[in-house]
Amino acid sequence: MKSSVLATPRPTRQAAPGADPAKVAFRNLSFSYPGRQALSGVTLDVPERRVTAIIGPSGCGKSTLIKSINRIAEIGTDVKVEGSVTLDGEDLYAPGMDLVDLRRRVGMLFQKPNPFPKTIFDNVAFGPRIHGVTGSGELEQVVETSLRQAALWDEAKDRLGTSALELSGGQQQRLCLARVLAVDPEVILMDEPCSALDPISTARIEELIEELRERYTVVIVTHNMQQAARVSDRTAFLLSGQLVEVDDTEKIFTTPADRRTEDYITGRFG
Amino acid sequence: MTQHTSRHYEQELETLKEKILLLGGKVEEMIASAMKSLLSRDPGLARRVIASDREVDSGELEIDHLCLSLLALRQPAASDLRFIATALKIVTDLERIGDLAVNIAERSIELSEEPPLKPYIDIPRMASAATGMVKEALDAFVKREPRLAIEVLQADSAVDQLNVQLFRELLTYMIEEPKNVSRALRITFIAKYLERVADHATNIAQMVIFMCEGRDVRHPGLRIADAAPEK
Repeated sequence: MKSSVLATPRPTRQAAPGADPAKVAFRNLSFSYPGRQALSGVTLDVPERRVTAIIGPSGCGKSTLIKSINRIAEIGTDVKVEGSVTLDGEDLYAPGMDLVDLRRRVGMLFQKPNPFPKTIFDNVAFGPRIHGVTGSGELEQVVETSLRQAALWDEAKDRLGTSALELSGGQQQRLCLARVLAVDPEVILMDEPCSALDPISTARIEELIEELRERYTVVIVTHNMQQAARVSDRTAFLLSGQLVEVDDTEKIFTTPADRRTEDYITGRFG
Repeated sequence: MTQHTSRHYEQELETLKEKILLLGGKVEEMIASAMKSLLSRDPGLARRVIASDREVDSGELEIDHLCLSLLALRQPAASDLRFIATALKIVTDLERIGDLAVNIAERSIELSEEPPLKPYIDIPRMASAATGMVKEALDAFVKREPRLAIEVLQADSAVDQLNVQLFRELLTYMIEEPKNVSRALRITFIAKYLERVADHATNIAQMVIFMCEGRDVRHPGLRIADAAPEK
């Protein structure tokens, strides 16, 4: 990774966007684990520099869908993938795909914050180091920028050498976000990123998502429908591995087109 | 429609609907009584109409409170959200209809203190058309039936027409004889009140279409983008 990439911020989204180009595109994607089909025939565009929320009941395939983007759904198991997932038009399941680079371009936040048992500084510097940033001044710069972007700098700047595990849950989640941002990703996946956090920490993460959308494409899986309504531009509703409906979030939460979406978001499900 | 998983929530929405209907029934009755007091020159009945406005006001407060607590505690979405938003708006229309019934009753008391100007012909027709619209709009709300609401919208021009016609007729009375002016003016006011009742019924019907279909029919040709700057 070139450090100059980190130094020059990506241009921010224009105020009046035209047609949103798809950053990630699922085409007729079917995804099976041994003995279980998780997704069937999902076709969905994830627009660039927008927040797309994936909602649906437990077991509907939400997590598999986002983990198929950075290809971690296949880790430790046999999977069968049909159809395609592309990032900027590039087939992510093409033979010879560089998974290390893919996972740099597509960062991820998990349900529970998972900082490394290292110092705050080393957590954030971990990715850049792997990708060849070695100069200490440069590393410090990346760490500061990333912590600032994750709104953790003020709380962490005087304790960069202490263990990340001493941070609170909400701070740990922001640290994980800083760790993702440090390698300059294009897409950020979030799998229930606030489910282990209190309302104030949740609000801070949501505030960050609001800022992230200026520069990154965000895909968030959430069980919390109010959260989907608050943070996303687009919402996709999945049911039993199939995409039922995707539309602007406001449309989904006021006048969904499909009866099943309506039943789910109004609490009439099952 | 499928039931909510939370039966308590389902019950609260049902209560809201019942309260709206109750208030609707109340204001329809007030218009009918105010008209009856006018036609039968019965100031006592008119005073009872005026007194009953407090019930309407308290109904409005109750419904507003229920809507706000549903919004705050249940975070409604989609059809539930549209239902509650509609309830919040139409309760204002119903309360105004109650106020108009009071206005008719007040004019009716004043008119009962003077000899009749002329037999009432068009005024009762306007009243029955306007209250019919209110009834049908509420019916559309309860049955979630946009077609009924569209019929209400179509009925409004007939009431407007009657109002214009009545005004012309009363104007001739006023021109003929200055002594007629105060009575004719009061009758003109009543016609105007009834025309407003029909307008409120129209508002209710428009909201019902929004509630059923998510489509805002209030101001054709105007889009949200025209009304507010994009954020």
